Amino acid sequence: MNANISEFCVEMQNIHKFYGPVHALKGVDLRVRRGEVCVAIGPSGSGKSTLLRCINQLESISAGRVLLKGELQGYVERDGRFHPLSSGQIAAQRRMTGMVFQRFHLFPHMTALENVMEGPAHVKGWPKEQARKKANELLDRVGLDGFGGRYPGQLSGGQQQRVAIARALAMEPEVMLFDEPTSALDPELVGEVLDVIKDLAMSGITMVVVTHEIGFAREVGNHLVFMDQGQVVEEGHPRTMLASPQNPRTAAFLSKVL
Amino acid sequence: MASDVENIATGFKPVAVEKPAITRNIVVPRRHPGRWLAVAVFAILALQIGQAVSVNPNFHWDVYLTYLFSPQVIRGVGWTLLLTVVAMTVAIVVAGLLVVMRDSDNPVLRGIAYGWVWFFRGTPIYTQLLFWGLFAVLFPNLSLAIPFGPEIVSVETKYILTPAMAAILGLGFNESAYLTEIFRAGFNSLDRGQAEAAQALGMKPGKIWMRILMPQAMRVIIPPTGNETIGMLKMTSLVLAVPFTLDLTFATNAISNRLYLPIPLLLVAGTWYLAITSLLMVGQHFLERHFGKGVSVHPTRAE
Repeated sequence: MNANISEFCVEMQNIHKFYGPVHALKGVDLRVRRGEVCVAIGPSGSGKSTLLRCINQLESISAGRVLLKGELQGYVERDGRFHPLSSGQIAAQRRMTGMVFQRFHLFPHMTALENVMEGPAHVKGWPKEQARKKANELLDRVGLDGFGGRYPGQLSGGQQQRVAIARALAMEPEVMLFDEPTSALDPELVGEVLDVIKDLAMSGITMVVVTHEIGFAREVGNHLVFMDQGQVVEEGHPRTMLASPQNPRTAAFLSKVL
Repeated sequence: MASDVENIATGFKPVAVEKPAITRNIVVPRRHPGRWLAVAVFAILALQIGQAVSVNPNFHWDVYLTYLFSPQVIRGVGWTLLLTVVAMTVAIVVAGLLVVMRDSDNPVLRGIAYGWVWFFRGTPIYTQLLFWGLFAVLFPNLSLAIPFGPEIVSVETKYILTPAMAAILGLGFNESAYLTEIFRAGFNSLDRGQAEAAQALGMKPGKIWMRILMPQAMRVIIPPTGNETIGMLKMTSLVLAVPFTLDLTFATNAISNRLYLPIPLLLVAGTWYLAITSLLMVGQHFLERHFGKGVSVHPTRAE
């Protein structure tokens, strides 16, 4: 059973999510293979961000299962019942994923370098020097060599988001989660962030990206998911799906954004 | 008033043909006659008040000078400082615990924290101090025992709850209730995304509190806590309710009762309270600067 599952890096089975009376996710299934760049698009309120946040347990799920590399997230299943994990165990599971937020959420009281070092130094417990070396390499990789001493308040939105990507990468996650990474940026800064994400995609890391950038989905994605009203309406390869959507709802959405 | 540089920044840019040949606006500083008038009026007032106070024999400045540094007063200053620092430390530790309890998943802990704040904020500090003083009468012996079972150790309360101890616990516990609310406001002021970003890194709750939330909340917490510390300094004068009789107010009152001269000794006490407050304000300034890291780095914002 385990060998069968581990083909998928992320496997979400029949996910339901309720916010009080609101049924935000209505039985979503999603499978992301290792090395795949899965892009989720859809109108706002369609549940795509919620789905992403269920992967690293920032949202609890009301029904269904989330598996990362075959490991059930958040619970131990015994005799058909779900036993919640402790906060420490959940924290350990979250190290499999790295997340980049729409509004960056850098730690404002730390410099860019300290932000990137935080994970290796204080979660993984690496020695300071090793963490610093890794952080400098990553800042270099996202094109911010020499910006390590700046505080987030002294960086542009695009630079902040690139630091946030470096911070997530520093934990060497199995899966990178991007929650509308360019939606809060000025138009001229979107490109520099997308370029970094593209580079990452080329390097073969598994990614789930929620975005409104259809061009990015076509160019970089190899698995496109269209969500509407808490359901996956259609999925497939981006180029075929964007060229000839099968579902009328997908077609209607694409006609508005393309 | 405005320098040339500021003037350019605010948009009154003259048309410059070439880059090095920027013609800066010639700005004639505004005149402020009102300020000079205010200086004159208040200088005269200050002189008159100064004179009235300094030559007035009722102030007994000679007595003031005699007792300002008298051993009894200095000891009172020492005890008042000690009470302030230790009681405030107790309050900060307790409030730190309570604020984490308030946010806990455990409903029992949440309830205890809520009840603590409700009780210590809802009863007068003077009453509480009286009760701490009477504690040894209410419970002459403190003992560690198995409930309904045999006693393990027992000790007389008066050896543990000395007047100094009663004063510290009384002041500290009372203050902790107020500080809890201040701390809570500080933590609530943070963006929820900060905790989420730390969670996404795989950080455990304790680390998130200590490394991510606390340093940021401090910026909001420190100014009102400075207020409370200064309030505590003056609240120590209530410890005669315990009764604790070594603090500054008690010392100066004792002397003035002996001399029948309350005014100069009130001035002595006031001088010392003001001096300590000034010292505390310097400390607060440095704390604010430390925890303002990453926020007050913007160059246009005045320090």
